[in-house]
Amino acid sequence: MDGIPAYNYLNTPKGWKSWLLTRDHKRIGLMYLFAIMFFFLIGGIFALMIRIQLLTPNQALVKPETYNQLFTLHGAVMIFLFIIPSIPASLGNFVLPQLLGAKDVAFPRLNLASWYIYVVGALFLIYSMFSGAADTGWTFYTPYSTQTTTSVIATTLGVFILGFSSIFTGLNFIVTIHKLRAPGMNWFSMPLFCWGLYATAIIQVLATPVLGITLVLLILERLFGIGIFDPAMGGDPVLYQHFFWFYSHPAVYIMILPGMGIISETISVFSHKKIFGYKAIAFSSLGIAFVSFMVWGHHMFTSGQSEIAAMIFSFLTFLVGIPSGIKVFNWLATMYKGSISLEAPMIYTIMFLILFTIGGLTGIVLGALSVNVHMHGTYFVVAHFHYVMMGGTVMAFLAGLHYWWPKIWGRLYSEFWARVGALLIFIGFNMTFFTQFILGAKGMPRRYSTYLDQYQPLHGFSSVGSFILGAGFVVMAAYLIYSLFRGKPAGNNPWGGLTLEWTTTSPPPPENFLETPKITHGPYDYDKVVADNG
Amino acid sequence: MSDATSGHGHPAHLQHHFSDSEQQASAAKLGMWLFLLTEMLLFGGLFVAYSIYRAWNPEMFYEAHKQLNMQLGMINTFVLISSSVTMALAIRSMQLNNKKVTVRFLIATLLFAAVFLIIKYFEYHHKFELGQLPGKYYTFTGLQGSNPHIFFSIYFMMTGLHGIHVIGGMGLIGWMLYRTTRNQFSPAYYTPLELTGLYWHLVDLIWIFLFPLLYLIG
Repeated sequence: MDGIPAYNYLNTPKGWKSWLLTRDHKRIGLMYLFAIMFFFLIGGIFALMIRIQLLTPNQALVKPETYNQLFTLHGAVMIFLFIIPSIPASLGNFVLPQLLGAKDVAFPRLNLASWYIYVVGALFLIYSMFSGAADTGWTFYTPYSTQTTTSVIATTLGVFILGFSSIFTGLNFIVTIHKLRAPGMNWFSMPLFCWGLYATAIIQVLATPVLGITLVLLILERLFGIGIFDPAMGGDPVLYQHFFWFYSHPAVYIMILPGMGIISETISVFSHKKIFGYKAIAFSSLGIAFVSFMVWGHHMFTSGQSEIAAMIFSFLTFLVGIPSGIKVFNWLATMYKGSISLEAPMIYTIMFLILFTIGGLTGIVLGALSVNVHMHGTYFVVAHFHYVMMGGTVMAFLAGLHYWWPKIWGRLYSEFWARVGALLIFIGFNMTFFTQFILGAKGMPRRYSTYLDQYQPLHGFSSVGSFILGAGFVVMAAYLIYSLFRGKPAGNNPWGGLTLEWTTTSPPPPENFLETPKITHGPYDYDKVVADNG
Repeated sequence: MSDATSGHGHPAHLQHHFSDSEQQASAAKLGMWLFLLTEMLLFGGLFVAYSIYRAWNPEMFYEAHKQLNMQLGMINTFVLISSSVTMALAIRSMQLNNKKVTVRFLIATLLFAAVFLIIKYFEYHHKFELGQLPGKYYTFTGLQGSNPHIFFSIYFMMTGLHGIHVIGGMGLIGWMLYRTTRNQFSPAYYTPLELTGLYWHLVDLIWIFLFPLLYLIG
């Protein structure tokens, strides 16, 4: 088969049943990859519909009620079906055992179960789309979420179920990292992506159950009127916000930490230089995970919490900037005097550095109490969030996808078209979202289906940007799918990486390594070893 | 798993990606402890809700808690503690390779769990008849103070969620009973039994917190 190893996990064993019942982490990772890419497409279509609606203030595409459902669906699909599972469950699942030199994750059956639970949760969300989709926004704030006639229960039940899938993935990864490292690999010779996944998994395990109970309370409130969140019955709607953000703020770090892990890999490989400040990067992941549990109140500066609480939350929010800054400076120091090559994964890595830094700094702006009161609920928040989540996590995901694509399929994509796609995405992204910083600063509130005429030029510019962004993803889909059939065989190690997954064949055999790998050098020892590009 | 054949000298229960039974068992235990942690956080949300509403309505909570039957709650506490003892003894008997005794202790654990649920049923039934129901279904008129239905919302959610965990635990224990009678465990391998025990002790422990918080407000 033209340079692709005949014995690999894709063709051994054969048959659709061997896929649906597989316990191989690589196949499960791939099944996750297909699922999340599907929902990325769905969520992206919703996003483009939003931007088409906002091209002009004339409400050309949909009615205001439908618009509320559109942005709710865009948020819910992108957050719960795409970005939370994206890196850990797909790429993480695929490479974590290989990075550790293990044959599989600790609990392969639980891993498969988590995929099926994900599918069931996704079916609930899809069902909700056809039975009067929720119009509450992805945060399901009470009291509106207990009063609207749309299908809040189906949506939140879906999210509740998806939570279990996320918990099982996190639990599996923690145990895998603790127990299944290859002989000779200690905590500080693990590749940094493992640290990123470990910190993520801790948050998944600790925070997701709180979201679970919150959504159960919301469902009971709707079904039985238990009154916990209803002020007319002595309840407190702000308690819902506390509960919700106690999960959902750490969840933002569930989304970004694995991305930071990927960047720590690619930045070293494509700078051909040892990672700068290994321990600082590793511990800053744990630091971010730790601080993430104490900042939820910054979502509620205008919800009537006490001034003292707001000041403390504001201060703690600034603290997140420290470990994040440590990471960015260590990555830059890694690039300094490195021998940088600009293949697609590195292009996305550099895009990540630029966009995440903008997203992070505007987060500090929003964390400041006095500014927040003005910016709260405007497009400035929308822009900040998208710079961190899309400019950060999605760019890191794309870096990882392009980095491990040859390992997953054994084939290379076209570098030329990858650059075209990346350029379109970078231009489109900044046109779409940088504009929204300006819109927000000028006072444009989010979640409205129309706007005053004075905002039209900026909204129009942002919408055109989103079409360019969409075109970039179409280009990417085209060259990636093409590479599956016509791509050149990649060989074991196309990038000259030193981590263990590059020592095995592409695609790897079902058991990952034909012999248990021996650890002879660290994951980033470019000063000592020259990688075998065979 | 059955595909780990004993042809290479591996025990049948050893999965292919572990190097030995010890590694497999310690991985399983760590996984279970993490799962128990998620359970604690799940209940944690309800404990927070309890704390907030009790802090806001101390008199109402005090008055409403008198409606709970302290004797039945006390009996149930002893029943659950006893079931934890029999569960531990079931595991101990397996370590001593005494399968018959393991089976007997597992049956005893199941019976205790059933007694707990039956008593809980009578408590619930009584509340239903009086109209001491959560939220908008609350029709009881014998309590003064603001919003006494909040207490019953919290009471039913906490004990209800706990009850679901008892039922789930009974399912697990029943399954362990089946596997023990099928000779799937030995002193060398009884990890699932041990993990079920851990889960059962947590269910017990949560009740030990629920009982004073709900029944013994003073």
